Amino acid sequence: MVKKKYKFDRRSFLKLSAATGGGLMLGFNWSSCNSPQDVRPVKVMPKEWYDINAFLKIGDNGLVTIFSPNPEIGQNVKTSMPMIIAEELDVSWEDVVVEQAGLNDWFSRQVAGGSQSIRHGWKSLRMAGATAKRMLVNAAAKEWEIDPSECSVSEGVISNGKGDKLTFGAVAKAASTMDVPKEEDVVLKEAKDYKIIGTDRSNVDIDNIITGKPLFGIDTKREGMLYATVLRPPAFGQKLKSVDDSEALKVAGVKGVYKINLPLRQGPDRTVDKVAVVATSTWAAMKGKKALKAVWQEDTPLENTTNHKADLTRLVNSTAKKSVRKDGDPNKAFAEADEVIEKVFESPFLPHNCMEPMNFFAHVQADKVELVGPVQTPAWSRDRVVKMLGWIDEFDPEDKEAKKAAEEKAYAKVDLKMTRMGGGFGRRLFGDFVMDATQISKVAGAPIQLIWSREDDMAGGTYRPAIHYKLRAAIKDKKITGYHLIEAAVNDNMWASLAQSFPASAIANYQVDNHKIESNITTGAWRAPYTNFLASAEQCFLDEVAQKIGKDPIEMRLELLAEAKKVYDQHAKLEEEIKDEEKLKVAKKGLMPKGNYEPDRFIAAIKMARDKSGWNNKASGSHLGFSAYYSHNTYVAQVAHVTMVDDKPKVDKVTCVVDCGLVINPLAATNLIQGGVIDGIGHAMFGDFGFENGQPSMDNFNQYRLIRMPEAPQIEVHYVNNGKSPTGLGEPTLPPAGAAIANAFHSATGERLYRQPYVKESKVLG
Amino acid sequence: MATYTLNINGKSQTIEADSDTPLLWVLRDTVGLVGTKYGCGIAQCGACTIHVDGEAMRSCSLPISAIGEKSITTIEGLSADASHPLQEAWRQHDVPQCGYCQAGQIMNAAALLKNNANPSDEDIDSAMRGNICRCGTYNRIKAAIKTAAKI
Repeated sequence: MVKKKYKFDRRSFLKLSAATGGGLMLGFNWSSCNSPQDVRPVKVMPKEWYDINAFLKIGDNGLVTIFSPNPEIGQNVKTSMPMIIAEELDVSWEDVVVEQAGLNDWFSRQVAGGSQSIRHGWKSLRMAGATAKRMLVNAAAKEWEIDPSECSVSEGVISNGKGDKLTFGAVAKAASTMDVPKEEDVVLKEAKDYKIIGTDRSNVDIDNIITGKPLFGIDTKREGMLYATVLRPPAFGQKLKSVDDSEALKVAGVKGVYKINLPLRQGPDRTVDKVAVVATSTWAAMKGKKALKAVWQEDTPLENTTNHKADLTRLVNSTAKKSVRKDGDPNKAFAEADEVIEKVFESPFLPHNCMEPMNFFAHVQADKVELVGPVQTPAWSRDRVVKMLGWIDEFDPEDKEAKKAAEEKAYAKVDLKMTRMGGGFGRRLFGDFVMDATQISKVAGAPIQLIWSREDDMAGGTYRPAIHYKLRAAIKDKKITGYHLIEAAVNDNMWASLAQSFPASAIANYQVDNHKIESNITTGAWRAPYTNFLASAEQCFLDEVAQKIGKDPIEMRLELLAEAKKVYDQHAKLEEEIKDEEKLKVAKKGLMPKGNYEPDRFIAAIKMARDKSGWNNKASGSHLGFSAYYSHNTYVAQVAHVTMVDDKPKVDKVTCVVDCGLVINPLAATNLIQGGVIDGIGHAMFGDFGFENGQPSMDNFNQYRLIRMPEAPQIEVHYVNNGKSPTGLGEPTLPPAGAAIANAFHSATGERLYRQPYVKESKVLG
Repeated sequence: MATYTLNINGKSQTIEADSDTPLLWVLRDTVGLVGTKYGCGIAQCGACTIHVDGEAMRSCSLPISAIGEKSITTIEGLSADASHPLQEAWRQHDVPQCGYCQAGQIMNAAALLKNNANPSDEDIDSAMRGNICRCGTYNRIKAAIKTAAKI
């Protein structure tokens, strides 16, 4: 294991206010909103707050404010990240209030993406709490004139062993002036002593959510704020020829119409003409937009789903110049096979469809900009915004220090606050809407709240690209002797690392190739990028292979993992024998490379799913389907339970086993796991999206089918609970779900499914 | 522009608006009650669900001119102190993930329980199918409705 360096450790443990004047400490001021009186018990606020470090401040009455660093998109980090800090601070959770931190470089990786918040934050969050505790202890020890080692702490109270006690509130002021302790002087708790981590804790925003308090970006209000809508080309590949705004300007409440040219997704190289309507209300802005008469012309060729399909089909059947990974001699294995099984799996584009459509508040002034709203990558957006506003001073590109200084000067003008987000799913990784809002505020000279309609949101996406996979298996003596995966995708290819997924390292002759076509349709990360369909394809394929060679699908995977384990053991043996790195590297050249997963952990998760689901209890009356996938550092194994109702297969339940190491907050983790499986089932079953002459095939929920309550099965969750360092849950339970249900449908009906959405492919389902 | 007098959460409010303005935007932009959410604008997702004379309605597709004397209840007015059985149950089950659709889910469920104090799974499925939860919290929504029915 490479030990990660946390470069932010020291800096983020200094007092934030020293650098920012406490600006970050300000919560949102929602007082202008008309909300009912909150009569639920309110925590008594202290008279004084003392900043201990960037993550927390302590009041003179012992109340602790913890700043949750990362964006909250529904993955519950606003509760779980502060729980980790509170654990090491050793304070009662009831004495904690949580505030969303704004964008600040004192925190590291303020991103919601890749299911990495908890995994990346695990060490730094614990250190934040433990460092603060040490400062409080040092303050108490100083007052008692004893060595800090004579002190103990429990739930916000420091004791000295002589019967004296001091609360955190009593020493907070003194602690805030203490030096930050050295890392080696900070002791982290042992897992057996945890009182908060591993326990069920309610969402910190629960009361605000269920009473309709302003929480989301779309709820932002400011004095003098105007509302903005944006008209963009109806088809990808079009640009604006002309616009007649005379009718729009007649709409009551419309204040102005502006032509803007803005990035479509990344970079200045892909811009698109848009027309913004600014008005005194959302409805007026929407009506104004409808009244615009725009003429569009072709800029780049307009594309069609039928052409994409033909291109992808051609590519999965063509030879790649260079393989992403190649082990052994696949050609020989296929030539010598008793039988070759070959299947092609197809998926469409998918929009993200966050329930809260894209929106952002921006107020650009001469030398500063305030930005408020839902974005998964605030730092990326800030960088784009200052470049767009021309706020980065010129610097010598060779001079890194000068670049940093120019950026810091520009960033200081940006105040970016993150709101709770009505979903992310990867769409809010690309802050094109932040730039829209900024530009509109600038040209309109007013604070504006940009809002996209649902139609704008669905038709102006950064879609999951359409992908085809061809899978081939060489069978000899009822064993898989060769495996070949070929990908063809629109715009984005499978990252090289994904060629390391199971069954990599489990089959001697293994090959992964990829191809792509360039498209003017914007594509991007969609919950569990690439694996969201790759897992469906591979796990369906393995099920079919197992059937063809007459093996139980779970046993076949366990046998493959036992093969992989042999490879890993060979690596371990060499690592044990050869200590010289260069020699080890040479020696390992003779071995098959390892995959991205640990076979032992995968085996344990799969066996647990087999046992918990009653896989071997054939009398259950249900038709079962198995699927397992490792992604985003988490192991997931699922069994779908299907019964036939009126001659149609119905998914009653999915048993889902998860190895995410230590579970921080089981109450929320289970929710997220259930949601991930349901999302995976929903999109595999119903998700369908394409283009005709560059125009999206659908733009609202009357056409686009999302999974609804009657179609959602019960999701039964089990944890491996092996106490290993925690990993994320936002994505990894989604990828295997499509194959789990497809394999169960096969058990029930004998029909194999190769094309998503399944309702379109299967006569029984449709 | 015309003048309308609306009864919102038991309070009479005078509002200037175009006659075609959906109640959703009146509530959010004019009155400042932002708990009612915009999701689709065409009554397909349920995020904007409110009560009009006790019946669940989609406020995105309800023009202000159609309200008249009817009384409007939003999530902010469902209970004075977040003590409606559904709010209690939502807290107990920790239902939300992102939370955006939940006000609409609760308002729709409240109308269901008013008409059917002890709904079956099928009753719940049928009543709630108009409300999308993109995060997929359906297991907990259903469990919470059943819990609320017992409170």
